[in-house]
Amino acid sequence: MNGAQALIESLRREGVERIFGYAGATICPAVDALREVPEIAYTLVRTEQNAGHMASGYARVSGKTGVCMVTSGPGATNLITGIATAYLDSIPMVAITGQVPSYLLGRDIFQEVDITGAVAPFSKHSYLVKDASQIPRVVREAFHIASTGRPGPVLIDIPIDIQEGRLEEFHWPEEVNIRGYKPSVRGNDLQIKRVAEAIAKARQPLICAGGGVWLAGAREELVELAETARIPVVKTMMGIGLMPTNHPLNMGMVGAHGNHCANQALAKSDLLIMVGTRAADRAITAPDEIQRRMATIHIDVDPAEIGKNMQAAVPLVGNVKVILRQLLEGGVPVTDSAAWREKLRDYRAAELSRQFPRREGYVFPGTVMRKLGGKLEDNAVVCVDVGQNQIFTCKYLPQKHGRLLTSGGLGTMGYALPAAIGVKAAQPERQTLVVCGDGSFQMAMNELAAVACAGMDLKILLFRNNTLGLVHQIQSRAPYHGPFGVALDGSPDFGKIAGAYGIPSLTVNDEDQLDGAISRFLEEPGPCLMICDVHPDVSTTD
Amino acid sequence: MKQTISVLVENQAGVLNRITGLFSRRAFNIDSLAVGVTDDPAISRITIIVDSGNSVVEQVEKQLNKLIEVIKVRTIPEDKMIGRELVLLKVNATNKTRQDIMTICDIMGAKVTDISPTSMTLELSDTPDRIDTFEAMLRPFSILEVARTGMIALQKGGGKI
Ligand SMILES: Cc1ncc(C[n+]2csc(CCOP(=O)(O)OP(=O)(O)O)c2C)c(N)n1
Repeated sequence: MNGAQALIESLRREGVERIFGYAGATICPAVDALREVPEIAYTLVRTEQNAGHMASGYARVSGKTGVCMVTSGPGATNLITGIATAYLDSIPMVAITGQVPSYLLGRDIFQEVDITGAVAPFSKHSYLVKDASQIPRVVREAFHIASTGRPGPVLIDIPIDIQEGRLEEFHWPEEVNIRGYKPSVRGNDLQIKRVAEAIAKARQPLICAGGGVWLAGAREELVELAETARIPVVKTMMGIGLMPTNHPLNMGMVGAHGNHCANQALAKSDLLIMVGTRAADRAITAPDEIQRRMATIHIDVDPAEIGKNMQAAVPLVGNVKVILRQLLEGGVPVTDSAAWREKLRDYRAAELSRQFPRREGYVFPGTVMRKLGGKLEDNAVVCVDVGQNQIFTCKYLPQKHGRLLTSGGLGTMGYALPAAIGVKAAQPERQTLVVCGDGSFQMAMNELAAVACAGMDLKILLFRNNTLGLVHQIQSRAPYHGPFGVALDGSPDFGKIAGAYGIPSLTVNDEDQLDGAISRFLEEPGPCLMICDVHPDVSTTD
Repeated sequence: MKQTISVLVENQAGVLNRITGLFSRRAFNIDSLAVGVTDDPAISRITIIVDSGNSVVEQVEKQLNKLIEVIKVRTIPEDKMIGRELVLLKVNATNKTRQDIMTICDIMGAKVTDISPTSMTLELSDTPDRIDTFEAMLRPFSILEVARTGMIALQKGGGKI
């Protein structure tokens, strides 16, 4: 057995069923070994960054670790944005890169880059394998590190001579034991008690839930806590979808681009319970103010998040699901929050009935979202890009029991299409939608090949405003002097682009036609592109 | 305030890189950093001095703990710490000044490790403060070169981190 075969065998033992990749000389031994292992499917991307995004989408819906594999040098550097995007969203991922021969490392030979060094600031861990016999252990550790504690991407860089090297024996470690890595799981019992006491005293309690709740698979526990203690819930962008929009305790998304009622709730609460969120600047814009005004509880698996952006009065470190279970089992008091909920319900109702502007010859994204939401299946997955399209979707797309996936931490344009391809690879039967802008789409549209190749039933909703909308919006206000360098002149006819891949499309520019168009779009048996014309001066605050 | 963080790490390639990278990326300032292997050849001890408030040091500790190869992290309280630094210092010395330099060495407990007709090389192991004083006292004689190791530290008494 050579190193490459040991690598693939190790992946198989880890339960890997799909690799997203792009081959090149230094990863050829590993790709070759893959031929003989039919249990592991392979998706060829069109640029390596998207292998990372596909692995991310795959991981987010399957709960498994996503795997991507690329060649050294430019393949590895192209993957960097995929790795950074996964890191900022704490996605479990193992990225494998080929590397030049180990005996030539450091000589700057053809296609050599120090990729472990390059990704150090935004990877959970990395390995440069120098001995083929270590491959099984390294793979085992990499999957363990990527998927436990606070998940994240782990890179394994394997020089080609190590892939070709012979193994005396394939030793698969039964257990992983890394002395410097022991993430906490259970919450401290004394702290759990303090949380229950704080909840009992609160009159205006609020839960702020983030992506960590999804990562821990703790959606049910979260809803149970909110319902039992009668606590309204706001979510960060990464936590959207944890509660259906029509749930009486759901107050929407907080933050700079969030829902008004969610931000009102955050400003007026007397006890803030943060669950699986790092209280980053986009969600919690004034942490000092919040700390001063209200009692705070912070539940997170990563101790370093506690006190980094906000110093919570009661920190609680451990697996979010386990901690919420502990809380529920210990008995959660019912808060006396009736008046508070009443007040928030009024804010919420005002927001949900908000009138959107209409413009002849265009559709308004908020209107599209409301109509679309009504027609989506209960557990649909919506992958949304970055920009105005993202903000409209997060603010106004009615949530049921599905998922909304976006690049919340890094805000990487071009994330949505490849992420959705990853979702489809994991769950081919699940209704999956891409929402993107014409800028974002042009960063990733080469991946339509994967859609066409697999005949994926993927629906793509494109907001065409012929500009980099969110930047256009920022430039339209002081201190800037108007939009510049953002007009997407020269963009192709997107319908023709889709057509070239054998994907049908339709275009809407009249709100009276929206209902019919959305139905036709969703009912199309295979992939379909729906282009919505949006006025370039539309603002997310309209 | 200067604080001393003692870190036990896996003795592997790349570890130091990760630690220094973390400090620069998070804008934590390092005053000094000293690395050496421990009684267990698989483990190194890194002693880091940072000049920061408690909340920053707490965040430094947490971020260090997140690194997979970091086994243990402790901030050693001032009153429980034995800290030492080694300095090698080469100073101009002539027949006229040699005796004065010797007097300073005697007072401070430094040794002369090398001598030439125009210079003396001195060696002192002490706390960073006293080494500063030693250096200041020699400055009037014109210092030619200085090499300091950065402080290493252990906690007092029988306990270990
Ligand atoms: C890779 C990348 N480059 C640049 C940006 C900065 N950026 C944020 S939103 C945006 C505009 C997005 O335009 P488009 O995809 O057309 O969406 P719209 O805002 O028009 O809905 C840009 C350029 C980014 N987030 N990601």
